[in-house]
Amino acid sequence: MYSKGLKPLSLATVVTLATAMALVFFYAPLDADQGFVQKIFYVHVPMAIVALCGFVAGGIMAIRHLRSGDASWDLRSYVAIHISIILGVGVLVTGSIWAKASWGHWWVWDEPVLVSFLVVFLLYCVYYPLRFSIEDSERQARYSSVFAIVAGAFVPLNFAAVRLAESYTHPRVLSQTGGSLPGDMRLTFLVSLLAMALLFVTLWKLELTAKHASMQLKRLRRRLHARVAA
Amino acid sequence: MPALPLDEAGKYVAGAYVAFLTLIVVYVAILGAKIARIDREITELVEDEK
Amino acid sequence: MIRATGAILRKDLLLELRTKESVPAMTLFTITVYVLFHFGLDRDSLDGEIASGVLWVTLLLAAVIGVTRLFAAEREQGGLDALLLAPVDRTALFLAKAGALFLFLVAVEVVAVPAFGLLLLGPGLGGTLPELLLVLLLANVGIASVGALVSALAAETRARELIVPLLLLPLMVPLLIASAQATEPFLRQDQAPEDLGRWLGLLTLYDVVFVLLSVAVFDYLLED
Repeated sequence: MYSKGLKPLSLATVVTLATAMALVFFYAPLDADQGFVQKIFYVHVPMAIVALCGFVAGGIMAIRHLRSGDASWDLRSYVAIHISIILGVGVLVTGSIWAKASWGHWWVWDEPVLVSFLVVFLLYCVYYPLRFSIEDSERQARYSSVFAIVAGAFVPLNFAAVRLAESYTHPRVLSQTGGSLPGDMRLTFLVSLLAMALLFVTLWKLELTAKHASMQLKRLRRRLHARVAA
Repeated sequence: MPALPLDEAGKYVAGAYVAFLTLIVVYVAILGAKIARIDREITELVEDEK
Repeated sequence: MIRATGAILRKDLLLELRTKESVPAMTLFTITVYVLFHFGLDRDSLDGEIASGVLWVTLLLAAVIGVTRLFAAEREQGGLDALLLAPVDRTALFLAKAGALFLFLVAVEVVAVPAFGLLLLGPGLGGTLPELLLVLLLANVGIASVGALVSALAAETRARELIVPLLLLPLMVPLLIASAQATEPFLRQDQAPEDLGRWLGLLTLYDVVFVLLSVAVFDYLLED
């Protein structure tokens, strides 16, 4: 059920990723201020955007779960959040490398996107202990969905707050994600963003397929053993 | 801070991209192992049923 | 629904007055933390940003204690099932719990804020007191709503004492930002509110979002 279109999707992902990396290293011009280090921007920022959208999408799927009572929406929500957290690790690691290369420290508080992402990441890490400490499976799904909705609403609020605070104490030093990118950089960025989005959807479908298959297997095994016992 | 010279900057950029690709490869590998296990257990079940 | 809210709220307040479990513990906690900060920072008096930070972080940590205990009475005496079997509107339950937490926070702050002024604050509190009270009020609304929500969310888990702080503290970061930034000018030598509108605006937005969200979502919690 979930694996429909997985092959072409994976292919599209790999092609777009390869294209993006080719553009990054052979097409996009060298940044005047940051030099070669700026290339990290093309992997760090798309990953952050896709991860955050993934969290919000997880919240929306959770709303559908609560409204319909259909457990498959909870599964979709869980996987979306799971993959966003994994991408989140990537965001923090690449962000840290970028910070070290740009400012000489492995962490900086000046970048509101990175700082805000850290808070969001810390929050979503609690999803697992919360989910798996509830034993009843229907309640587990319900409470996870509530969390996903609250956390999803929290993401934009947190970004606004951190941005407000940072602009107050540290006037914006960089406006990398601003719309003021020259044309060839913008193209490279958009292709990278597309590649990252395709990657997310592919991994999401892949994980969903695996989980679904695993659940069906358990069900089959139980039925088989019940029949044998009878 | 002035831009790093190309050879130094190169190491950081490579590090970032390698980290990203490693993350994906490791994740897909784990997923692949999980699917392989499911496949194996399905075969066992089919055997059991016989 | 107002009556149901009032009834549950009154029960919680009477329980607290009788058992004195949450408020004294939270108050004692904040004063102890002030002492810790004195030793940790090795400072006799704080002002400005550091004072604001110490004041608010301590309050938020104390709030964690209150939140963890918010549904404790129901859990320990099985009152939760009774509440849920009765035709009580979940919104009433939320408002009552958030209201109780709000009042607990006010009670704690009545002691903790002057204590802060006494123990750690360099400049006096007097000059901008009305503005400070406004910030405290708005912040308490936010803490109370998020707190009630998190308390309900963690109510059924086995690892309650761990989940509550881990959930509550990141969720309160925007509130902390707004409150600390708003309070900072009050605690400087030259007290005068600065940019207050921006931070009060953020606080109000936070409050509105979380009250609405909690009311919307509370129906799905504590169901049976």
